[in-house]
Amino acid sequence: MNKNITGPNFQRLGQLFVLILLALFILIPFLLGFWTSLLPTADISKGSLWSSHISLDNYYTAITQTPIIRYLFNSLVISFFTMAAQLLFCSMSAYAFVFLEFKGRNTLFYVFLATMMLPFEAEVIPNFVTVRNMGLLNHYAVMIIPFLTSAFGTFMLRQSFLQIPGELKEASEIEGLSHWRFYASVVMPYSRISLFTLAAYSFLASWNQYLWPMLTTFSDDFRPVQDGLRQLQSQESFNNWGMIQASAAIVVIPTLIVLFIGQHYFKSGLNEGAVK
Amino acid sequence: MGIELASLSKSYDGQNWTLKNINVQIKSGEFFTIVGPSGCGKSTLLRMIAGLISISDGTLKIDDQDVTNLPPQERSLSMVFQNYALFPFLDVKSNVAFGLKARKMPAAQLEQRVAHALELVGLSELKARKPRELSGGQRQRVALARAIASDTKICLMDEPLSNLDAQLRSKMRSEIRELQQNLGITLIYVTHDQVEAMTMADRIMVLHAHEVQQIGTPSEIYQHPANSFVAQFFGTPRMNLLSVHYSTKNQRHLQVDPLLDYVLPMDIEEGDYFVGVRPNALEIHATAQASNAAIKNIEYLGTQSIIHALLDNQEEVRITTAQNNTFSLGERIQIRATAAYFVFDNTGRAIFFNKGDGEDGRTNYKQTVTNAL
Repeated sequence: MNKNITGPNFQRLGQLFVLILLALFILIPFLLGFWTSLLPTADISKGSLWSSHISLDNYYTAITQTPIIRYLFNSLVISFFTMAAQLLFCSMSAYAFVFLEFKGRNTLFYVFLATMMLPFEAEVIPNFVTVRNMGLLNHYAVMIIPFLTSAFGTFMLRQSFLQIPGELKEASEIEGLSHWRFYASVVMPYSRISLFTLAAYSFLASWNQYLWPMLTTFSDDFRPVQDGLRQLQSQESFNNWGMIQASAAIVVIPTLIVLFIGQHYFKSGLNEGAVK
Repeated sequence: MGIELASLSKSYDGQNWTLKNINVQIKSGEFFTIVGPSGCGKSTLLRMIAGLISISDGTLKIDDQDVTNLPPQERSLSMVFQNYALFPFLDVKSNVAFGLKARKMPAAQLEQRVAHALELVGLSELKARKPRELSGGQRQRVALARAIASDTKICLMDEPLSNLDAQLRSKMRSEIRELQQNLGITLIYVTHDQVEAMTMADRIMVLHAHEVQQIGTPSEIYQHPANSFVAQFFGTPRMNLLSVHYSTKNQRHLQVDPLLDYVLPMDIEEGDYFVGVRPNALEIHATAQASNAAIKNIEYLGTQSIIHALLDNQEEVRITTAQNNTFSLGERIQIRATAAYFVFDNTGRAIFFNKGDGEDGRTNYKQTVTNAL
């Protein structure tokens, strides 16, 4: 009897313990990074983590002496346009795959899906040749145009559009809604949780791009943050680790904001649900 | 606004008919119910009238105007769906206003229409709520309000009550009926529930096996079913269909077994027949000396019981009786005929009925249905 009551509690404690442990594993590097960004570089080099000179000096240096703000701006521009374009084009193609009837619709969809299986690394060289021939190198366009749409986004939105009850389409048809208006006034609001998810996903994916911008950008005017960070490291013979750490912390901020907003919408999405 | 269906047919693949040769004239202001078992094509027929599914053959006229190939919005009708078809991201008011907005109605007129429609269904106070905050019955009322607000003279309803619980369903039945009467709209109502069809409709169309089985008022359909399918579809518990062979030497006696015997008022041709007997038109005699059946199951319903009995010729019959608690399982009983019965030929076509009130005679129903069984 007694066992039956305490049993689940022990189990629960065990679960909590494991969760806390895992959280620590994930958080410690993050906290360590943040902490070191507050230390003078001299202390970091010595390996002493307990310093008496806690300050925001590193941040000040990063902002005033490096193009980190420019990098941030570049990344914001690139990520924002990539996200907006993906939302628009993925939703439109997903709409076609769900609500338009045309010959070979399913075949086309599977061909579409197949491109999702290709690793990006395999496309890098042909893509590079293409954008070079188009004369797009070292420009925002080179980091936006190849990512205007994504098979993953289309796939995800298609799954979400398939959940829309057929009756809603029929009710809209009775009122004479055109495909464009049905798309804009029913499909998009109905699937807004999926759209937010895709928005967060594509924003972060674009924000964290490293290989592609490294190949295609050569100046600070267009370089995004991830490559910019790398740039800070190699520019000087003596690495100002405190400043680099501070820059990294700055770079993480937009990511955190996106995740925070995304999580908020994701939560509200859970009790949204369809009217059944 | 009358609606005319002239040999309306639907085939998806060009070979098999989903619906074949539907002919009916629905009068203005009529409550017309399409009823049939699932898969009989009743929802398809409704969607053909709405314009959501194309018409393969035949013509559809609304108000004497050929609308066979018109898109739905030009047929000026509204539709209410089984799962309400409410937009979850809009509040009640915007849901009701949805169609009016789509048709670009001036704001003032729209406000007034929506308010009026919500008032009619008694939802004025809930107009700011989202559909998910409403109960099933309230959601269906919103859908009704949307149809009312559209102010069309024709409304199509596709099993609107089948997601509601029994009590609410009977309440909504009378509400819908009342609304239809007050607004004077022509209502085409699809259901699989014979009770809904019987209680609400001015006229009923029975669909089965891709074809119309019978069209008539509820009482015509119940009293004069065109065939054994219609006879068994309406009325609970179902009508008993007992197979008999008749030859002229029987001298007008249609004998299911020696104790269950129907006397025909006239001669019929020799052959195999079905005698259709409603469960309330059989008598049980427990104390009689001779017995012809054994009780297999008893369903106690309070005011009456349904007795399931097995005749000695291995046919099962359902009998309703007001004598409660007087029978026990396995008991031998004598089942006797009363004067009310139907006779169907071996294809299921009704050829004869006897209501036991002197109005005996052959059915004058001309419709031939090949696959009624």
